[in-house]
Amino acid sequence: MNLNRDGDTLMTLMGTTGIDFPGGTVDFIPEMKFIYGSDKERIPCYRVLDDNGQPIADHNFVQVSEEVAVKMYTDMVTLRSMDTIFYEAQRQGRISFYVTAIGEEAINVASAAALAMDDVVFPQYREAGVLLWRGFTLQEFANQLFSNKYDNGKGRQMPAHYGSNKHNYVTIASTIATQISHAVGAAYSLKMDKKDACAVTYFGDGGSSEGDFHAALNFAAVMEAPVIFICRNNGWAISTPISDQFRSDGVVVKGQAYGVRSIRVDGNDALAIFSAVQAARKMAVTEDRPILIEALTYRVGHHSTSDDSTKYRPANEIEWWRVARDPVARFRKWIENNGWWNDRAESELINNLRQRLLHTIQVAESVEKPPLADAFSDVYDIPPSNLREQEQWLKEIVKEQPQEYPANISV
Amino acid sequence: MATLFQGLGLVTPLSSSNSFESNKLLHPSRTCRSISERKDGIFVVRSDARVSQLLKRRARTHDLLVTNAVATQGGSFVASTSKPGHELLLFEALREGLEEEMERDPCVCVMGEDVGHYGGSYKVTKDLATKFGDLRVLDTPIAENSFTGMGIGAAMTGLRPVVEGMNMGFLLLAFNQISNNCGMLHYTSGGQFKIPIVIRGPGGVGRQLGAEHSQRLESYFQSIPGIQMVACSTPYNAKGLMKAAIRSENPVILFEHVLLYNLKERIPDEEYVLSLEEAEMVRPGEHVTILTYSRMRYHVMQAAKTLVNKGYDPEVIDIRSLKPFDLHTIGNSVKKTHRVLIVEECMRTGGIGASLTAAITENFHDYLDAPVVCLSSQDVPTPYAGTLEEWTVVQPPQIVTAVEQLCQ
Repeated sequence: MNLNRDGDTLMTLMGTTGIDFPGGTVDFIPEMKFIYGSDKERIPCYRVLDDNGQPIADHNFVQVSEEVAVKMYTDMVTLRSMDTIFYEAQRQGRISFYVTAIGEEAINVASAAALAMDDVVFPQYREAGVLLWRGFTLQEFANQLFSNKYDNGKGRQMPAHYGSNKHNYVTIASTIATQISHAVGAAYSLKMDKKDACAVTYFGDGGSSEGDFHAALNFAAVMEAPVIFICRNNGWAISTPISDQFRSDGVVVKGQAYGVRSIRVDGNDALAIFSAVQAARKMAVTEDRPILIEALTYRVGHHSTSDDSTKYRPANEIEWWRVARDPVARFRKWIENNGWWNDRAESELINNLRQRLLHTIQVAESVEKPPLADAFSDVYDIPPSNLREQEQWLKEIVKEQPQEYPANISV
Repeated sequence: MATLFQGLGLVTPLSSSNSFESNKLLHPSRTCRSISERKDGIFVVRSDARVSQLLKRRARTHDLLVTNAVATQGGSFVASTSKPGHELLLFEALREGLEEEMERDPCVCVMGEDVGHYGGSYKVTKDLATKFGDLRVLDTPIAENSFTGMGIGAAMTGLRPVVEGMNMGFLLLAFNQISNNCGMLHYTSGGQFKIPIVIRGPGGVGRQLGAEHSQRLESYFQSIPGIQMVACSTPYNAKGLMKAAIRSENPVILFEHVLLYNLKERIPDEEYVLSLEEAEMVRPGEHVTILTYSRMRYHVMQAAKTLVNKGYDPEVIDIRSLKPFDLHTIGNSVKKTHRVLIVEECMRTGGIGASLTAAITENFHDYLDAPVVCLSSQDVPTPYAGTLEEWTVVQPPQIVTAVEQLCQ
């Protein structure tokens, strides 16, 4: 017979039994019952537009203005065009690498639209649409892809590893899920400064397996940090399907395990994403709490230009998702029904985009690469003697044998 | 091992308070004694190798240095001030430095396991949580990779975090964040995001803590581009390096040693910040240059006593800056003595000593009368048994023997 610390007897006589342990009181039961890893019933998914872009009955979503809706749509189309044209450029050997976000345009753009510019974004690598929404120009994207001297990353990162402190979009690193911990640190910083802003981080289904994901969610819950975790569950981590990635009911249930409020959303429904992110942001900022959003979607493109996904999944599956579940087409139907868009606007947009994108490529390609000095600057705030020596040594070698080195780099 | 040890060094004032600008050197007219060149209310104390050059030119040996530098002379090395200074232990010096920086700049914060009300495993953060609040002195769950990542994210958004690894060895879990993000993000972002983080903690071989708690992380981290590494060894340099590390815009890893936390010393009352890239002249000499850092400094000084009795005159330099090496101070010493002995706690393979040997051989080959000798721990995990553990660490008799052989 156990007694509570202050000597009260257990309430066995009253029919309820609770006992104190570190962490609080728990009821206990005499029957041995295991909680199953995943129930047959999955957590339901929030969506407000059906596959034809019609609002579903009993929906509750945030009404979006025409201006915002049209910008959302045009940015989604722009992202799609960027992906098509830059992917082609890689195929032609003009850039070395590219990642597309085909099929995930709604997640990219709608989530960005629901955030504020002060919210600091920590992306994985399939979120160029967020940067696009915030005002990064097509030319700036191209400059980074060609790592020319106008790249604000000074040519140091792989293509599609964008970053812009002006847009509060932290430079992408190739490491998976490390940004999730960074976001929690940033949220901690924002909380200390009592700013009206939150941190936002994106990652895929695969990224949720990394240690950083778990610790970051745990920390955020313990510290009550204003951070939004957005998981793009697109079904594939390169060739690994989610059945080989985890056996839980997706990623949304993991939030609950860490004490984080979570929601599962149809990632191909721009309005649902917008509403959920907006609500999440409000909770994060006003209540100092983390939120997990699992956006269900499908990775229509290959993992990257180094991948041919037809090798591990059926081509007709990809095609079905590309056409029947296209988030861009779905949203287009909605805005057209509202009288905010039409075929003429569409063709104008597409043609204009194609021309502009080809132009940005031409321009970016012709610009010089960053100078040799940029290989050595920014390692530290001021180059120490060993780096100055190494730079000097390299300069001398290049000067002695200029024919061995590319001509379009200034020494 | 709590000994009364008076920190010492060639203490000369410099006009610049920016620790990186080694180009700004002192005027030839300044002597070693005068200390206080105040700028913004603080003075930067640097051991400047150029002084020794200066002395060479004047053909004076080291009488100027001796009066200043030798510990047994007594009194504070802060010769010109009238204040007596205050005595404290090394861990308290670290805390004092940290506390002063937290008072000075509200962006400085601490995160780590049990750093809050528990005060840290080695009490470096004792009472800071009470003073600055739970948010600024943050207790983290056990996930080194992630709280280091958190520190990096916080640094990128304007804070200046001091991340404590309860034991340096645990930071192996944080290697991904430290190498791929901490060291790299300033560079890969084109200078857009800076990471003024300090990562610190106790490492080295302790007293029977077992192999996993006896790691020498400086070996593993030394290759990471973008970080700086310093090792403290006295209360004086511990406080000075802590402050410098916090003020640096670069990520700095500050290596402390488990067995040195209770060292006692009298340090100045006035504020001071040391340079992150400079070595410390512990004992000037003529016959051999002994390079060391952290706990091995004490083994070397013990050996030095024996050596002096045997008629040798070793020059002992605590390199302090593990990345980058202060090749200026080291080089001047090599040019003077022509013989180098490195005494380290790292393992033979791939340690600081290995890199230092390469750097010295490459740069000062012409000045060496003998190959560089490096005494290190063996390439074995540190055993638990006390006797075995003692044998994996370089001991003073071995240092004496090595010097005798080197000077034959």
